[in-house]
Amino acid sequence: MAPAELINLTENHLTQTTLSNGLKVLLKEIHTAPIISSWLWYRVGSRDEVQGRTGISHWVEHMQFKGTPQFPSNVLDKAISREGGTWNAFTYMDWTAYFETMPANKIDLALRLESDRMINSQFDANEVASERTVIISEREGSENEPLFLLGEAIQQAAFRIHPYHHEVIGDMADLHTITRDDLYSHYRAFYVPNNAVMAVAGDFDTQSMLTRIRELFEPIPSGNEPARLARDEPVQKGEVRLSVEGPGSTTYVQVCYRFPSASHPDFFPLSVLDSLLAGPSNLNMFSGGISNKTSRLYRALVDKEFAVSIHGGAQATIDPFLYSITMTVHPKRKPEEALGALDKEIQRIKEEKVAKEEITRAIKQARALFAYGSENITNQGFWLGYAEMFENYEWFQTYLDKLAAVTAKDIQRVANQYFKTQQRVVGTYVPLG
Amino acid sequence: MTNFTQDVTESLPGPDDIYREVLSNGITVLTRSNFNSPSVVVAGNLDAGALFDPDEKLGLADFVTSALMRGTKKRSFDKIYSELESVGASLGFSSGVHKSGFNGRSLAEDLPLLLMLLSESLTQPSFPKAEMEKLRAQLLTGLSIRAQDTSDMASMLFDEILFRGHPYSRPEDGKPETVKRITRDDLMRFHRDHYGPRGMVIALVGAVRADEAVRQVKRVFGGWQVKGQKEPPELPSLKLLKKTASKIHRIAGKSQSDLVIGTNGPKRLDPEFMSATLGNNILGQFGMMGRIGDVVREKSGLAYYAYSSLSAGIGPGSWEVSAGVNPQNVKKASDLIIDELKRFVQEGVSTDELSDSKANFIGRLPLSLESNGGVANALLNIERYDLGLDYYRHYAGLVNEINNEDVLNTARKFIDPDKLAIAVAGP
Repeated sequence: MAPAELINLTENHLTQTTLSNGLKVLLKEIHTAPIISSWLWYRVGSRDEVQGRTGISHWVEHMQFKGTPQFPSNVLDKAISREGGTWNAFTYMDWTAYFETMPANKIDLALRLESDRMINSQFDANEVASERTVIISEREGSENEPLFLLGEAIQQAAFRIHPYHHEVIGDMADLHTITRDDLYSHYRAFYVPNNAVMAVAGDFDTQSMLTRIRELFEPIPSGNEPARLARDEPVQKGEVRLSVEGPGSTTYVQVCYRFPSASHPDFFPLSVLDSLLAGPSNLNMFSGGISNKTSRLYRALVDKEFAVSIHGGAQATIDPFLYSITMTVHPKRKPEEALGALDKEIQRIKEEKVAKEEITRAIKQARALFAYGSENITNQGFWLGYAEMFENYEWFQTYLDKLAAVTAKDIQRVANQYFKTQQRVVGTYVPLG
Repeated sequence: MTNFTQDVTESLPGPDDIYREVLSNGITVLTRSNFNSPSVVVAGNLDAGALFDPDEKLGLADFVTSALMRGTKKRSFDKIYSELESVGASLGFSSGVHKSGFNGRSLAEDLPLLLMLLSESLTQPSFPKAEMEKLRAQLLTGLSIRAQDTSDMASMLFDEILFRGHPYSRPEDGKPETVKRITRDDLMRFHRDHYGPRGMVIALVGAVRADEAVRQVKRVFGGWQVKGQKEPPELPSLKLLKKTASKIHRIAGKSQSDLVIGTNGPKRLDPEFMSATLGNNILGQFGMMGRIGDVVREKSGLAYYAYSSLSAGIGPGSWEVSAGVNPQNVKKASDLIIDELKRFVQEGVSTDELSDSKANFIGRLPLSLESNGGVANALLNIERYDLGLDYYRHYAGLVNEINNEDVLNTARKFIDPDKLAIAVAGP
């Protein structure tokens, strides 16, 4: 590709281009520390799974650590660790991402490894068998957690048609029956350069980095554009209430409203609303958030002792997902009382316009969270590719401006439009002692 | 890459970029500037840990740390958090066995506010009655959640077995019956007796110049004086296990059991610390969780996590292997882990394994010191163990000094596969 086709975005040292095989590449030079973080993102996740194959994307991610002829499984992790690197992978509903953060002069190993396992992973049958029980064990660990059990039941109730229906880990039945060939086919179908984004941030020279990425990745042939499931969830007609029973003595209530996709303009007024209600959701993966003790819901629920904690969660997704409010119910209260107190606050935000200062505050919080996230190169590498999965990097670059444009009127409108009782799912974890 | 612009060692904190000053009231201030991001971290600690807790009021130090921001002589709970959260800053306190610590961060422009709130919380908490009862309910709920957590319960049980009769056997967050007994007077007394400038350390890292950081600390803490601040009690000696001791804690209805197997480890300042840390890396960390991960996870597919860890501080440490397994596989996993411990003390480690782990330790250092929080922890570590401001610049040398025999001798000194503590929590 001719250099003229490189797009230099407004931000300093950011370069993006697409290789001839369709691999999108984003590079950002940051010379604050002798470190480079390399991220490879694939457009595949649990939303690409049908019944009988749930959990397959996550399992494929595990198999990507099991070796290629060039880098056998026992060599891979040792090679990265020996060089002082750190690496990991994440499977989400919409995407699967692999990263390595290395001392800058060692990054070549990560690039060679990722280009190799884009195409050459072996999926050895014995490795598949031993990983099956590892993943079953991972799921059993999650099943120990009341909030996992509750969240899973809510997701199933909220999505009957759309593949956001199941947890990323998959259903136990499928973890017992998925075969080696199922895994390999899933890998071959989705792990193609034209379905991937390579994002590298850190202490490098863009031209040399791009040359090296071309050398390693451009020989990989592009594949058929993987078809992604497109099964829209029909409009929910009526509130759904459910309960999950299990061990323990603590009651949890989770209330989930419908939330738009991250690329929808309403995502931004809703993000401000999230900040006001429950404290800002944190968009950093490698940097913690802030407390929420003066959010509206904390004041109304925890200060007033309906709950002992409250947590709000918005997620950036490709398709409309859920906004969840999780309450740990106060031992003196019944779950209905906590829900009643929550409903009063939701009603208030629908009826009364919020003060300008509340919006200003949400923007300042977002600005601080961005500053914390930019302290580390790994998080900056994460940002580069993350927004590409549902929109593009510009989404991040203009995030604060979009929040700043939100008005009190917008907030009232989205509160009424999205926080509808008849389109929510309310789940209660009932402890059996 | 081609543009490897900085010498790695020079990028690590050292005497030329760490500033240290001891204020006249005894507070030690450490700072290191970093203008790459407009944010700043403030972290530190004082000698006010759970070691001071009476048995019948276990959880007192922890209750105090949770209470410090629930109201001060100048501001209510809501007012404190309102100031903090309005600027996207955070501040929190937590207690350990020896120390209670604090950790906060903000945009650099809000550092004065952050320090003011830190100082008010530390020096003038008012422990409002109503807030204390709200807090108690929250702490008790936390303890009932803990009682259902197989991993937490296995760790607690492990400490009970390994450190029986020693203060390290006690959970810092207490037990429901002890937390119920703690009164507001207890909280105020604990604060009066143990919170003071003597022994306090504060580290500031981020977008602020050293002189400015120290000036700001002096402004809020310079005048703090406390008479009769109590000395930390002496640690009693530890009774070592004479044979393997196992205990099981049942939590009905769970799908997975957690398992902790281990023994005592060195103190941070013991000469064996570095060889134990390197050995531990080989045993249950390096690559995907070292030898333990290889046997329990990779080869047998028994667990999603199986690793070893070393916990070394002021007093006797612990060296433990943890795994989460299906309840039917507890025995199988324990046997595999014990076999690995036997191999570790019989054969030691290979030269290749050791050189891999050394390279890992040296290579990963810049990564662990990348964020302001990472550097602040490093500064506190230097101060706590008097390691010297050039510690991280010399670190590679300290790692490279260790040989196979050191690792083997250390393993044999601390790990006796016939004298292990084994704790299991599950259905």
